[in-house]
Order: sequence, then structure tokens, then C-alpha cells
Amino acid sequence: MQLGYSADERRFGDEVRAWLESALPSLPPRPRRDDWPGRRRFDTAWQRMLFDAGYAGIQWPRAYGGRELSPAEQLVFLEELDRAGAPDVGVNFVGINHAGPTILTEGTDEQRRRYLPAILRGEELWCQGFSEPEAGSDLASLRTRAVRDGDEYVVNGQKVWSTYAHVADMQELLVRTDPDAPKHKGISWLIVPMTAQGVTVRPIRTIAGPSEFCEVFYDDVRVPVANRVGAENDGWRVAMVTFAFERGTGFVGEITEGMRLCRAIVDAARANGAWDDSDVRRSIGRAAASFEALWSLTAWNVSEAARRGVPGPGASVLKLRTGEAFQELAEIGTHVLGREALAIDGLLLPEYLRGFGLTLGGGTSQIQRNIIAERVLGLPKEPAWTSS
Amino acid sequence: MDFQLTPLQEELRDNTRKLCEGRFSIAASRAAGGRIDAAAWRDLAAAGVFSLRLPEDAGGLGLGCTDAAVVFDELGRGLVPGPLVWSSVAAAWGLEGVVGGTERAERAVSAGRAGRGAGAAVEHLGDLDVLVVLDNEGAWAVDPRALDATELVGLDPLTPVWRVESLPRGERVAPSAAARRARLEGAALTAAQLAGVASGVCELTVGYTKQRHQFNRPVASFQAVKHALADMLVRAEMARVQAYAAAAHLDEVSLGDPARAVSAAKIVAADGARANGRAAVQLHGGMGMTWEVDAHLYLKRAMVLDLVFGTADEHALALAGGLA
Repeated sequence: MQLGYSADERRFGDEVRAWLESALPSLPPRPRRDDWPGRRRFDTAWQRMLFDAGYAGIQWPRAYGGRELSPAEQLVFLEELDRAGAPDVGVNFVGINHAGPTILTEGTDEQRRRYLPAILRGEELWCQGFSEPEAGSDLASLRTRAVRDGDEYVVNGQKVWSTYAHVADMQELLVRTDPDAPKHKGISWLIVPMTAQGVTVRPIRTIAGPSEFCEVFYDDVRVPVANRVGAENDGWRVAMVTFAFERGTGFVGEITEGMRLCRAIVDAARANGAWDDSDVRRSIGRAAASFEALWSLTAWNVSEAARRGVPGPGASVLKLRTGEAFQELAEIGTHVLGREALAIDGLLLPEYLRGFGLTLGGGTSQIQRNIIAERVLGLPKEPAWTSS
Repeated sequence: MDFQLTPLQEELRDNTRKLCEGRFSIAASRAAGGRIDAAAWRDLAAAGVFSLRLPEDAGGLGLGCTDAAVVFDELGRGLVPGPLVWSSVAAAWGLEGVVGGTERAERAVSAGRAGRGAGAAVEHLGDLDVLVVLDNEGAWAVDPRALDATELVGLDPLTPVWRVESLPRGERVAPSAAARRARLEGAALTAAQLAGVASGVCELTVGYTKQRHQFNRPVASFQAVKHALADMLVRAEMARVQAYAAAAHLDEVSLGDPARAVSAAKIVAADGARANGRAAVQLHGGMGMTWEVDAHLYLKRAMVLDLVFGTADEHALALAGGLA
């Protein structure tokens, strides 16, 4: 059991740190949170810098512009970015963490050559089109239809919670290609250019105000059959590959953000006197302990992935606990801030409000508990509801 | 980084589990009322429980804290009674026989609680050959037979306790630096034991709710029950990885000061094991309230171990203080 990095891993970290020291001062000022064209420019320029320096796609194959390093080196990389206060993946998120890995695993050579380098260079941004108004936790009941017409599909329907759709060039879209098959067996995974005729994007305003989420509408959108990833009607399995990636090192950002918030709340408590209350100190200590443990679980999962190639059951535990721990900490923070928490632009409030998404997106906490109960603990399925 | 069990650690885990399921079954511990006899202690010693951490030239196995954590995880899971962690951390001090321990309650005195009596409840006192007392100045060996002690009815039927009216100073067996280290290592290994308690009681409850039928189906098929069980697994897993991480911080100097990782481990493991113990009693239904079902033994052990090498509350204060 070795928790520390190996000599090679540390060397890689030193190299990343040295590059960050030279690269970060040349970054332009960061755009405001709701300046979407500005954020697209900034995040894609940063992605291009990473690519030019050889730090795009740490685990991706060299053939597609990646670095072909290990999961532990991916973790080293994320840790160094965080330590240096570098930008996070931003609007490149879906391409780097979802669509890219899925095409890498399930796409044809031609699809990999066409899409992967463009993702790594920050030339094409991706968004996700999975959830629908009537298909949330029951995602497989999705109804957006794709009807074959020669060498094209004609897509009609609606998606929701499509992250970054308003700045994206491409979308990973789940559609129903066989309405008569059992619900998991009639779904396909398509690549849809957002400029296609008949695609309409509408941003969603959340409890945090302007957000990265959108609704997307499809009105006779024609998509080449060549844009399908995986076999027709095998899209559910392809999509599950995407989720597996999300639950690997996908939460490092939230965990380091949580640790940073712990320190910020400590500073605020010391400044306004809340620190004198030992209950406050104990609750902050407990929250910090949760984030320490989440970091350890990340290291455990990364090591497991390096040994076995796939994330194990720890991935669902990580997703579930990260969201809860973040919300618990933010709740503590509002109590520490007192009346300072009345202004939404202050410390913590944007995180407090956005934090609700952590226990909803990518499978709600209730769905995660079902997954843990049935797949890890082997508990019997709940009897199906029958309508009478 | 390879934060997974090594082949040696898998072997240690499997062997310890066999020992727990055989010689140290919960039924056997119940029958003995948690009392320790010389034969049982010899068997634990023969299995290497107390010599794991001793250097090979001192007759030990020369293993690391993570190796010991894997063993204590299993001992916790099996609810093996006795001052296991104390005997392990005190092994380096050349003390013979069954070694138990306690920490001098300086905090209680300074907090003005001395009026309630300066004495303390000490686990396993009547079975000890040596009582180690840790304080800021070092580790002290006290002859337990010379103490004015009264046996109490213990909370945990497998952890007999005695009340001592006062703790004499005793003979110093280790300087303050060694005592500090013993505190850290003791907390990390106790966290591993608590992680084992948390996962053992999760397993017990999963087994029960799968076979218990109500409304013509296993109660484990109801979402309200499943979600509570999933939360038990989450708490057990979080406890285990952080206990191992704390042990790794003690083994690997390059990871820096281990205090934070150790405190985090004791918090997550003690809170998690206690919460799992409570959930187990609830999820066993009425049976969970009975003496015969083991659920309460895990809850009570969790409460006992929370109090050893710093409570979760004390570690939470320490951890927060470290962030300031």
C-alpha cells in the first residue's frame, strides 16, 4: 500500500509545476461567470495552451494527441493545477471528460481521428444531450426519436440539463431508434453538430441564477448515420461507459474546492467571532475530515483503476458522499457567515446554491443508493410498480 | 501511488479473518464476557498481532502501520475483545504480558470537571499485567494490581471496565516524543478497528434484511431499507480508506505531518461506526433491541473505541485548529 507518489509521478508533477509557473502569468483576465462568449474564448485558449505544452489528454493515447500516462499521473496533474490556481476544465468539460473518453472507447478509428484531436486542441466544444423532461432518473425511458431515412437519421424531441449547450459545437445525443424494443435496447448514441438545421437552444436559469444548463429542442434535425457511436440500439451500454468515466477522477475539482472552502470558512469564522464557539469549530473539523477521506477514496479508486482498468464500487460511494459533504460544508458556512450570507455574491453562496446540483446531476443520490444497494451489496430489486 | 492492498496485506487480512471466525468468534467472546485469559493472549501474540510493528531484530515482524491497519480492520470486524491496540503500540517499550492503557485526563481536569472525581473508567483493568498511562510528558507503566479499583457493569458486554479512583504516576517507559507517536499510531489503528466494526455490522444487517420477510418479500427489497444499508456501506468504506490513509501517513514520511490524516480517520471511523451501529439496531427491527442479536455489540464497541486515543469530538477540534 503506497499513498505517496512514485519518483516518476513526482517528476511529472515537478515538470507540470514548472510549466504552470511560466504559463499562468500570460493568461488573460478571467471572464465573469455569466459571460459565456468570454468563457468560451478563455477556456478554449487555455485548452490550446495545455495542448501545445503537451498536457492535454493526460491519459489519452498519443495517436490522438494525448500523453498516454497513468490514472495516478492524471491525479498528479489535477493536483498541480489546483495548487497553482490554474483554470479548471471549464466549458471543455463534456468533451474532455464525457464525449472524448466515450469515442475513444466505443468509436471507430475514423471517428476518433475526426473528433478527438479537436477536443484536445480546444477547437470543438461538446455538450451532453441525455436527460429529458420526462426522463430523469428513469433515463432509459427517453423519447427523443431518431428515424432512419437513407444514410441519415431524422431527430425530433427535447433534451434538458444539457450542460454548455449554448457554447457547444457538438452534442453527444441519446435517441430512441427502436420504439418497440424494451426501453434499454432501443437507444442509440449520436454525434450532432449544434449548427444543424432544427436545433434550438434555450438557457436555464437555476436557483443560482445564470447557469451552464440548457434545454435543447430538435425539429427534423438530420444527422448522418456515420455519426452514430456504437451499434444501432446499443446506445445505453455506450452511455454507461460515459458514466463510468465520470465516476473515476471526476470529482477531484469538487474535493479540492471543498478543502478550499473549509479554509475560507475558518478565516470567516475567525474574523467574525464564530470561531469562539467550539460547536462551530467541531463542525468545521468534521467537514474537513470528510474531504480528507474523499481525497483518500479518490487515491484508492485511482489506484484500483490503474490495477484493473475500470473504476470499482468506490466510484458510486465517491459520487454520493462528495455531493453530501459539499452541501454539509456549505450549510455550515452559511451559519458561520450569519448576515454576511444575505448577499449572493459573497463568499460561499454561489457554491451553496450550485452545490444542490451535485446530488442531482449524473444520477441523483437516491439512484446512487439504489446502485450501491443492488450492485455492491447485492440486495433484491424493489418490486416493479404496476399501474391498475 | 498504489493505494491498494499488497499481496502480503491480502494474506494478513485473510489469516486474521480466519483467526476471528475460529478461535475469536463473537460467540466465544460472549461466553468469556470479554475477559482475556493468558491462552487467548498467547494465540493473538502467536498470530503476530502485537509484534507486527516491532523491528525484526527485536523479535517482531518489522511491518508497517498500513500492514497493522489491515490486521486491526479485521480484528474490529470480528469484535475481538481486549486492549489490542495498546498492546501493539506499547510493544516497543519492552513490557511483558497483557498491556492495556489509558490517557491521563488532563483536559477533564483543566475543564473543571475534577469535582466529579478525578478517577476514570479503565477497560480490561482486571486482566492487565501492565497499565500504560499516556500524558504529555511520556508513557508511564503502572501496576494495575496496586490500584484501588472497582469493577463496573460495562456498557459493552465484551469490554469489562473498572473504575479507578486515581492514577499514580508510575514508572516512565517512554519519553514524550514516543508517547506522541504512540497516540498517533494508536488513533490510526483504532480507526482501522472502528472501520472494521462499521463494515462488520453493515454485513450483519445486509444478511438479516435479506432473509427477513415482511409483506411477502425480503425487507431488503424496500427502498427505505436499501438506502439506509447503502449509507452504511458508504460510512464503512469512507472509514476504511481514511484509516488506511492515516496509517500510510505514519509509514511514508514524504506525505508530511500525519496529524491531520489521523484525526480525520478517527472522526470518520468513530462517527461512521457509531452511526452504523445505530442503523443496525433499527434495521433489525424489534430483534435489534434484543441481547441475543449481535447488532448492539457493534454499536457498543464503536462507543468504547470512540473514547480511545482521542474522541471524534476532540479530533474535530484539533483538525479545525490545524486549519486556522
